Amino acid sequence: MRKMGRRRRSAPALAFLAGAATVALALSGCSGAGDTGSGSGSDKTITALMVGNPQMEDIAKLTADNFTKQTGITVKFTILPENELRDKVTQDVATQGGQYDVATIGAYEVPIWAKNGWLHELSSYADSDSGYDKGDLLDPMVKSLSGEDGKMYAAPFYGESSFLMYNKDIFAAKGLTMPERPTWQQVADLAAKAEDKTAGVAGICLRGLPGWGEMFAPLTTVVNTFGGTWFDKDWTPKVNAPEFTDAVKFYVDLIRQHGESGASQAGFTECLNTFGQGKAAMWYDATSAAGTLEDPNASKVAGKVGYVYAPVVKTKSSGWLWAWAWAMPKTTKKADAAWKFISWATSKDYEKLVGEKLGWSRVPAGKRKSTYDIPQYTDSAKAFSDVTLKAIEEADPVNPGVQPRPTVGVQFVDIPEFADLGTKVSQDVAACIANGTPVDQALANGQKLAEDVAKKYRK
Amino acid sequence: MRKAAWTVTAWAVGIVFVFPVLWMVLTGFKREQDAASNPPAWLFHPTLDQYRQIFGRNVTPYLLNSLMASGFSTLLVLVLATPAAYALSMRPVGKWRDALFFFISTKMLPAVAALLPIYLVVKQLGMLDNIWTMVILYTAMNLPLAVWMMRSFLLEVPRSVVEAAAVDGAGLGLTIRKVIGPIVSPGIAATALICFIFAWNEFFFAVNLTATRSGTAPIFLVGFISSEGLFLARLCAAATLVSLPVLLAGWLAQNKLVRGLSMGAVK
Repeated sequence: MRKMGRRRRSAPALAFLAGAATVALALSGCSGAGDTGSGSGSDKTITALMVGNPQMEDIAKLTADNFTKQTGITVKFTILPENELRDKVTQDVATQGGQYDVATIGAYEVPIWAKNGWLHELSSYADSDSGYDKGDLLDPMVKSLSGEDGKMYAAPFYGESSFLMYNKDIFAAKGLTMPERPTWQQVADLAAKAEDKTAGVAGICLRGLPGWGEMFAPLTTVVNTFGGTWFDKDWTPKVNAPEFTDAVKFYVDLIRQHGESGASQAGFTECLNTFGQGKAAMWYDATSAAGTLEDPNASKVAGKVGYVYAPVVKTKSSGWLWAWAWAMPKTTKKADAAWKFISWATSKDYEKLVGEKLGWSRVPAGKRKSTYDIPQYTDSAKAFSDVTLKAIEEADPVNPGVQPRPTVGVQFVDIPEFADLGTKVSQDVAACIANGTPVDQALANGQKLAEDVAKKYRK
Repeated sequence: MRKAAWTVTAWAVGIVFVFPVLWMVLTGFKREQDAASNPPAWLFHPTLDQYRQIFGRNVTPYLLNSLMASGFSTLLVLVLATPAAYALSMRPVGKWRDALFFFISTKMLPAVAALLPIYLVVKQLGMLDNIWTMVILYTAMNLPLAVWMMRSFLLEVPRSVVEAAAVDGAGLGLTIRKVIGPIVSPGIAATALICFIFAWNEFFFAVNLTATRSGTAPIFLVGFISSEGLFLARLCAAATLVSLPVLLAGWLAQNKLVRGLSMGAVK
């Protein structure tokens, strides 16, 4: 009797396994799962690797009904987080794996990878594609996505600069006014007046999360406008120079005195959340944050946010420059089909398609002048479109500070070693934010690390 | 009194373990801004938006790939590990200790150290982005563990029962089917479930060796992490959905499992 019972109980487990396997095997034929080979097949299917940002999700939704219908080319997407995507593309290109025909990469990677010979140049495609209108692309975007040979190696999908956002309700309640082009000193004063510690409202939200692309994106723009730089023209490191030190001290003090709580753990997402919940009076960050802040489903401050230019000290403007761009790894065997997709994805028509099908606030903006002439778009992005466009136009990836630079990049130094250098230094700065360790000490360590990096480049 | 104390402790520990999972399920039904609110919101308007988004991204191929990789690798593991364990326990082969150690030694190498050679071999064979590659890899990864587990289950089969069967004239096949099989079936269920879970959750090799065709469920999951905008609610919804098959498998095997886990290696 006992034996019988036991046998009956074992049945479901084994049945589940057998069933699972059978179902999987049967259905895999229909779904295309389990196809063999990689990167092979006809020109009618291309593979795309991209990050999971909202604009990329939109294109995944629109491709089949539009691009595929027009051209007969099917696009298969894989979505990965930023770091995994970088590893994956690096690995694929370095080993000539050829698994992807197009990929979204950032402005930091493009010049480096172009130099390594990993990317297909796109200038010849863009120039000969009559409908593409390359001249319409914003200059700073093209510049930051070009290699040393002046050719474009990726086509901008959407671009951003940085600006200062402030909560108009809080400012009105406290009787404060925000200048259109504030200085950092003004911002610090405003932060002191606007903060409300009893209500848990910070004066300003600034990224303190370690990472070259987290804390050091805004912080490097502060360094630039304080007159500092990571390296000067001949690769002499300047991390412990007075200007760099002043900038970091200012940033750390501002966060410690009037910043959000737990700042050393706050990156873009956390700040978006803090500011979006009305828990900070100001926030200095990416222009692309505005889209989410103005969406009532995702933020409690929609319609209550004012936008002004990035705060400055010694420079005229100080916004950063970033783009997500479509690139073709050199290993693709379907360059023509891949260009067709890139051209479609970064075209004027695609922007209109997104506007009409998904809503004008979701247009991947910040790359073409003509976007800002579309009345429906400027209507939907009234609060921030002008400031965004001007901030991008004013950003100069070649000359972002007061001294000549050895390579391009506003909020980063465009060498492969910078990711590691910036991240390590940011960890020390995060300790200054969290425990008040002296900034000088953190930057002295940073200077040593920067010297190691510079050795490779100094002649 | 003592019993009550134990009961309370057991429940407390159980709740502590289950709470993160429960929170994940709850968060999947929140709107993004509720999911991100601090302090956390207990009261919220439930919504199915996140699930709509997930199905909008076509989760099916990923689930099927995972089902294939986990299902087939688990079957293969059982087919290979059970006889191996038999030869290492009930009828030990010569130098069985060395063989046993050799099996487990393959688990001592960190996965990342093996990645490059595996990647290159797979690439040379033209097997990148192929679900059968994952089946083979997961089989290899889980095999040592399964051999060890099955061995300890087989050791618990009383020798006298096997001998009695032999005296009654039962051959090897009949003994395995009618005598050993039923006794170790909880062990088989426990081993199968653990192998299935390990294969289902595997991310490292999957992210490196698959691309657009054979991505598994964990690859689908991380696609919801975004550097721009909030993603916690939809990530939780996706995680809930992806953990359902494992939960189902565990639930189906639960009777066996309790016995299996308390009898053998993973006490």
